[in-house]
Amino acid sequence: MKNTFIGAPVKRREDLRFLRGRGQYVGDLAPDGLLHAVILRSALAHGRIRAIDCAPALAVPGVRAVITARDMPGGPPRIPMRLQPLPDFKPFEQPVLAAEKVRYVGEPLAVVVADTAAIGEDALEAIAVDIEALPAVTDRAGASGGESFLFEATGSNLALTFRARRGDAAAAFKAASYRRRERFKVQRHFGLTLEPRGVLAEWDDGVLRVFGAAKVPFFNRRILAAQIGLPEHAIDMVENDVGGGFGARGEFYPEDFLIPFAARLVGRPVRWIEDRRENLMAMNHAREAEADIEIACAADGTILALRGHTYTDMGAYMRTNGAVGSRNVAQFMSGPYRIPDIDIDATLFMTNKTPVGTYRGPGRFETDFFRERLLDMAAKDLGIDRVEFRRRNLVAESEMPYAIATITPFESKDEFDSGDYRVTLERCLAEIGWDEKAKLQGKLIDGHYHGLAVGCFIEGGAAGPKESAKIAVNADGSFTVFMGSSAVGQGVETVFAQIAADALEVPIDRIRDVFHGSTAHVSDGYGAYHSRSVVMGGSALLDAVEKFRAALRAEAGRRLGCAPAAVTLGEDRIFGADGRTLPLADFAGMSAEGAFLNKKHTYTYGAHAAHVTVDPKTGRVDIIDYVAVEDVGRIINPLTLTGQVIGSLVQGLGGAFLERLVYDEHGQLLTGSLMDYLLPTASDFPNLRSVTMDMKPSPINPLGAKGAGEGGIIAAGGVMANAVANALADFGVEPRELPLSPPRVWEMIEAAKTASATGSA
Amino acid sequence: MPSRVQTTRFEVNGRPVEVAVEPRLTLADCLRDVLGLTGTHIGCEHGVCGACTVLLDGLAVRACLMLAVQAEGRRITTVEGLSNEDGLTPLQASFRKHHALQCGFCTPGMITTAHALLSEEPDCDADRVREVLSGNLCRCTGYISIVEAVLDARSAYRKPGSERA
Repeated sequence: MKNTFIGAPVKRREDLRFLRGRGQYVGDLAPDGLLHAVILRSALAHGRIRAIDCAPALAVPGVRAVITARDMPGGPPRIPMRLQPLPDFKPFEQPVLAAEKVRYVGEPLAVVVADTAAIGEDALEAIAVDIEALPAVTDRAGASGGESFLFEATGSNLALTFRARRGDAAAAFKAASYRRRERFKVQRHFGLTLEPRGVLAEWDDGVLRVFGAAKVPFFNRRILAAQIGLPEHAIDMVENDVGGGFGARGEFYPEDFLIPFAARLVGRPVRWIEDRRENLMAMNHAREAEADIEIACAADGTILALRGHTYTDMGAYMRTNGAVGSRNVAQFMSGPYRIPDIDIDATLFMTNKTPVGTYRGPGRFETDFFRERLLDMAAKDLGIDRVEFRRRNLVAESEMPYAIATITPFESKDEFDSGDYRVTLERCLAEIGWDEKAKLQGKLIDGHYHGLAVGCFIEGGAAGPKESAKIAVNADGSFTVFMGSSAVGQGVETVFAQIAADALEVPIDRIRDVFHGSTAHVSDGYGAYHSRSVVMGGSALLDAVEKFRAALRAEAGRRLGCAPAAVTLGEDRIFGADGRTLPLADFAGMSAEGAFLNKKHTYTYGAHAAHVTVDPKTGRVDIIDYVAVEDVGRIINPLTLTGQVIGSLVQGLGGAFLERLVYDEHGQLLTGSLMDYLLPTASDFPNLRSVTMDMKPSPINPLGAKGAGEGGIIAAGGVMANAVANALADFGVEPRELPLSPPRVWEMIEAAKTASATGSA
Repeated sequence: MPSRVQTTRFEVNGRPVEVAVEPRLTLADCLRDVLGLTGTHIGCEHGVCGACTVLLDGLAVRACLMLAVQAEGRRITTVEGLSNEDGLTPLQASFRKHHALQCGFCTPGMITTAHALLSEEPDCDADRVREVLSGNLCRCTGYISIVEAVLDARSAYRKPGSERA
């Protein structure tokens, strides 16, 4: 049987439980004897802890324990970095509980374990906390001012400066006939998941079981084992259904230590479920970045060089993946364009705000906004059509693999794997009807200004070093797949079933179960980040199937008395050379584990184009049409792929227009509810389209697949800002900061009017 | 501080229940923690996200903004009550067909909200669907597929002979 499940819009198997309310998220688990943990968080952004009096809380009936840093011999352990663990970042690691100082509003100070969460919350109010307030550092000026240090011993609030280098930018700038320097800013927002985080820990005969694991359970087990003093095999991280990941969920947070610690202390299962207010101040924030950058071009519009400095606000601690966004801002600023000479410094500074981590398209959303804005400005200056300007500078297929800027320290080299970038640009222009719509640019029609924009992007995927997969035969002759990859809602059970069914040449319903995420399934798993699950997990699965089939032939040959090569594998029976057969069910229990090792990245690429209107009276932007085109190398499931593109695009539009974490000058978070932190709703962005292509397979994995699922978000900010600039060209409005909220757009229009009135007076 | 428990009787998914709960317990917590109906999800506890939407005498309400004791004598329907043991209802099948869910966390609230809408307005248009669903947050799908799924399920809610031309 020759299958073609890969490439088909196979409906998701996950849906059957989710649609009937039968999903099992961590908050749904309630083992006998369950106790509930709640966390006391700092109400001050910066201060020295003088005393925490827990006695009144312990007196509340139903309270079983109150834990502070003093209950941890040797002090609260610190959380190491998972990615880019440079020595420079060591001093800025977060302890699981604040011991001497608090450094952001929301930092854990104590844990209360009680019979119910409500009793625990009553007890929180009884804890008396005495903190001596220190001046809060809330922005770059404050961080570099030298008046207040988050970590006095370091004597600086600057953690590190990454350098992105390619060629000789200084020489290129010296020789260039055209340069433009600009400053841009992206606001702090984050990968809010609809399901808040949660952890449930239980100790069972020396084994620690931790439910609620997500994203990188194997890595987190290593951290927890070291912190809590257990061998790794004595800890099971169990992945349940996960209500969204987006980069933010599943990294190692303080609670991932605190809840197991509490469960051991009280000798009963303990569950902690984050509430939304906590979530907004405790889950990794992201994206807050500034750029002071300059482009150099030849008179014909050839981009010669890019240089400048970016600054990212890391919040109070360097978390597990905190440096990724800053690194990406610098390394991927050139995007899909051929920029021979690059010199960008990326400084990471600390503030008294929630620590940052990755959010889908980390650094890429920010840097694409910076770059695409700068490109439109440069094209305008040079009098070159902005589409033609992009066409001329896209990396050509003949230049693949194309090396981009190298990052130091950490010596991160990277290259694009394959692609014909111009095809996606042309397709995007055709889909939106660019030539037809071009005449609307800047026009005022029925009280609304019309604007167009197009931008190109690349999307990295397939982070190594490895992924594992296992396949096993069940007693009924069906198969079970075990994956080191994690599910965060993206539908990997269905996608891996498709890949397994094709590789095994069996009907897809013979893949009975696809287990993933938990540490018990495979020997070594890596998880879900950097759009790696399909490429890394899928390729590991192919290897597992190949090994399995070889083992099956060998065993069947032995039982049927023929050479392994003479064995024919049927759908549910095995055939020997002499016509004798055995049912596959006879081989129940046989299994094989495979792996895929890879150090290179895949690069999905594409273009977004949009047509918007701007109401000058309100500043409101409406999207009339938006087309996202991308080539993902090989499409496994067009249904889930389109879902990823549109879903991530709407998140990107949230970042472009709505989402914003706001702090006051004392470091107080002002956006602590979903009334204040605005997410896109069903009525905001109805006119979005996705075109997915599988034109240029990746040469670096057997599936030919590329990581996808972040492409929708990456280009959104830059395209929206350019469309608004295009609509408001008559006013000379040039957005340099996100989000493009109605008040900000209105203010830009009014400021432009005032400036032109003053100028002409 | 914990207060006296109060006996409350209401109907859940066609079954009469009696619970002894503190007056401060929300209906959402009661459904999940006391009655074990974990299909109702809690996403914000301040009435914005809609994940906990249930039907109260047929109308969509937020179970996090209501106390369990307020349900006395009322008829509650959760996502479990809108589901069959085998297979999917037409509304659920339409969600699956249109890939109108990813992580599944908002899905029960979407199903209850859409069911309430289509039960009252089986001929509603896309704008109306968007308006009603704008009270339910989804972080994964971008909503377009959800709106398509609800529109596509309308026929299942029309009474025979009442379909529009």
